Amino acid sequence: MSFWKEDKSHVYWNPYFGGFMLGLLLILTFYITGRGVGATGGTKSAVITTVETISPEYAQRSKYYSKYYDEGTNPMKNWLVFETIGILAGAFLSGALAGRAKFRIQHPPHITSNKRLVFASIGGLLFGFGSQFARGCTSGAALSGAAVLSLGGFITMIGIFGTAYLAAYFFRKLWIN
Amino acid sequence: MGPLTYFGEISTEWNYVIALFIGMAFGYIMEASGFSSSRKLIGVFYGYDFAVIRVFFTATLVAIIGLLYMGYFGWIDYSVLFVHPTFVASAAIGGVIMGLGFIMGGFCPGTSLCAVAIGKLDGWVFTIALFVGIFLYSQVFPWIEPLYNAGDMGHIKITEYFGISQGWFAFGFAVVAVAVFFITTLIRRKVKDVRY
Repeated sequence: MSFWKEDKSHVYWNPYFGGFMLGLLLILTFYITGRGVGATGGTKSAVITTVETISPEYAQRSKYYSKYYDEGTNPMKNWLVFETIGILAGAFLSGALAGRAKFRIQHPPHITSNKRLVFASIGGLLFGFGSQFARGCTSGAALSGAAVLSLGGFITMIGIFGTAYLAAYFFRKLWIN
Repeated sequence: MGPLTYFGEISTEWNYVIALFIGMAFGYIMEASGFSSSRKLIGVFYGYDFAVIRVFFTATLVAIIGLLYMGYFGWIDYSVLFVHPTFVASAAIGGVIMGLGFIMGGFCPGTSLCAVAIGKLDGWVFTIALFVGIFLYSQVFPWIEPLYNAGDMGHIKITEYFGISQGWFAFGFAVVAVAVFFITTLIRRKVKDVRY
């Protein structure tokens, strides 16, 4: 019984073990499908479907949506959509087993919840926009790209982490005091 | 020989089931490594937690070396693996925009999904904003399309661009990774603890 009562919510995997498992998963994914993993592709499919459902005429006219509209296939019937559902299920399983699954807003004690949420929404906006521009995010472009030595994957990886390091000084009050 | 779906050894119907399980493993590994916590992720930029760079570099290294060996052994046709195409301008500019999003939002899309799954409301807000960001992109797409398609180099590899062998590149990447692991350990000792 003591096993279940122990607070494991702050115990994470050793990062090298986690990285090794993630590397093996990438190899398996390439072995089965010939491609890597992704995290924004499923989100994009959902956006396309929403726009098509609300305004089919607009989707047909739009330069961006028409190319998906013309294909005639359902954008939700997509490998990355099923994978994204899997990510949610797998992460919930891990979090629930470790006692981390509960509703809360996580932020450093010296900033307010509202401030955290405002910056989370700005960050999400930028990440959504940037991922479409770079044809993939940290998972689809940087990680899966670099795994097969894609030049663009490395450029995007350096872009993301380099910029975040350079900008870290200006946003330090958000995270540390 | 792999890739299995490419050579028709697995039918496309199974593909979606496999996608679900691969996603589950992906989500589980990220969450168990602590990637559902923005404060843990962001530690990499302020020196109090280097989990992100350790997981990321280890995973990339294992995948690069593993896939090269699979190719050498003839277990996988390395030449048909999907190489993310290189468009220099959009890869760099997109990366910069995402870097700003990372330092402000505290997540990237995959990690925000993990946060969503365990009930982090800041993750929910980030993910909803992610949808809006993609929608905004679709609205301005006609104006930025020339930039989006600029510098098209096709499915080029970094080794082809620099004219080095894949084996030597993997070796060099391994040396860099070990150096990064060592240096970050030294930095971590000097930076004061952040409790979260």
